[in-house]
Amino acid sequence: MTTPRIYKTEAIVLRQRKLGEAGKIVTLYTPNYGKLDAVAKGVRRPKSRLGGHLEVLTHTTVMLAQGRNLDTVTQAQTVESFAPLRADLHRLSRALYAAELVDRFSPEGAESYHVFQLLLATLRRLVAASNVDTVLRHLEMQLLGLSGFQPQLARCVNCERALAAVPSYFSPAVGGVLCPSCGLDAGGARPLSLNALKVMRLLQGGSFAEVSRVRMRAALAQEVEMHLRAYLIHVLERDVRSAAFIDRLRREDLWEPARVSS
Amino acid sequence: MDVPPSAAAPVVRLIEEFHKLPGVGPKSAQRLTYYLLRAPQEEARALAQAILEMKEKITFCSICQNVTDRDPCLICANSERDPSLLCVVEEPLDILALERTRSYNGLYHVLHGVISPMDGVGPEHLKVAELLERLKGGSVQEVILATNPNLEGEATAMYLGRLLRPLGVRVTRLARGLPSGADLEYADDLTLTRALEGRQEMD
Repeated sequence: MTTPRIYKTEAIVLRQRKLGEAGKIVTLYTPNYGKLDAVAKGVRRPKSRLGGHLEVLTHTTVMLAQGRNLDTVTQAQTVESFAPLRADLHRLSRALYAAELVDRFSPEGAESYHVFQLLLATLRRLVAASNVDTVLRHLEMQLLGLSGFQPQLARCVNCERALAAVPSYFSPAVGGVLCPSCGLDAGGARPLSLNALKVMRLLQGGSFAEVSRVRMRAALAQEVEMHLRAYLIHVLERDVRSAAFIDRLRREDLWEPARVSS
Repeated sequence: MDVPPSAAAPVVRLIEEFHKLPGVGPKSAQRLTYYLLRAPQEEARALAQAILEMKEKITFCSICQNVTDRDPCLICANSERDPSLLCVVEEPLDILALERTRSYNGLYHVLHGVISPMDGVGPEHLKVAELLERLKGGSVQEVILATNPNLEGEATAMYLGRLLRPLGVRVTRLARGLPSGADLEYADDLTLTRALEGRQEMD
């Protein structure tokens, strides 16, 4: 490593865990050094000068001192705190999901400027977007692409023929779409409607501005989410935990708020 | 864990037990074990008994979920305290901190954790159902959400606020601002904003 002993970097705080008496280990995503864990001493004390600048989901500038094992945060200054995310449970739950997804996809230290920019853009979008779930689908598809897991949506993965404009199948195991005849008996493949395929192609190729203009019915959005989540679980070999909280908020919103008093 | 193979089995076992404790590394575990090895019999016995007694006698208060050796706990059983005020905290240790201030005379409710979606901790893992059950009694007028002012604490407070408001109780959140003895220059934007919002008349 040619990193100097004390270095400065931009970072987005992905997560934290407690360390010792009053410290924390923060997981940072940086544009040049990728994902890295750093020690932040004393940040759980109210008078900590660092604590507020190292909250999860903060875009911050940090000074890091190289340590034997982990680097230590010596200074931190918030660039963007995304305050509206913290004031709205729905936006917050999506932002946490975004952070977890980036965390899971990124091996320690693997450099990725593009993932940093994608995460930053995602958090900014989550602050303002009218449809927060579309922001997540776009993130998922883009992150899959950047990580080398871009699903094949142009032609059938099996017979390699171009897909006709008919319902087909999506198979997480083969990493893409199967045509009606190949997908019929394929294990783990689920029916994919033509509209869902179109949305997924748009998510893969289109800019977010384009994607956000598409008005999706709830059922279609649900179908796209289901396929992408199945594929993510297949790629990551585990569930994305934050998804459970999003699901819970959605479920509870379906009930009448008065329910609890009865 | 690398323990010298020459060590006797009971010593190894104790080292391994110490090693499981939070903040105790392999070296500290060895040091503690060898200290006890040399310590008088009574000291070792006292420690063992203290641990067992704590595990056997301490339960959770059926009302506030705080750790206690009697049920209901001293705070819940104290008739001097105001039953219309309920302060919701993350951990039993937070009660100690609040009690030290001597400025609060209401009751408590311990959640035993905080919503942390990334760690797979949801409301169902906390004492939320118990809180809702308590509020059904109708004596509580105000619920003070005293979870930590960090992301997870805020998420938990927001979630609870959403759940409690329809019940018709007053829901408040601990104020957030500058700690005494701090420098403005080092405050983060969010804290400063809250401090400005919560400014008060000089008197």
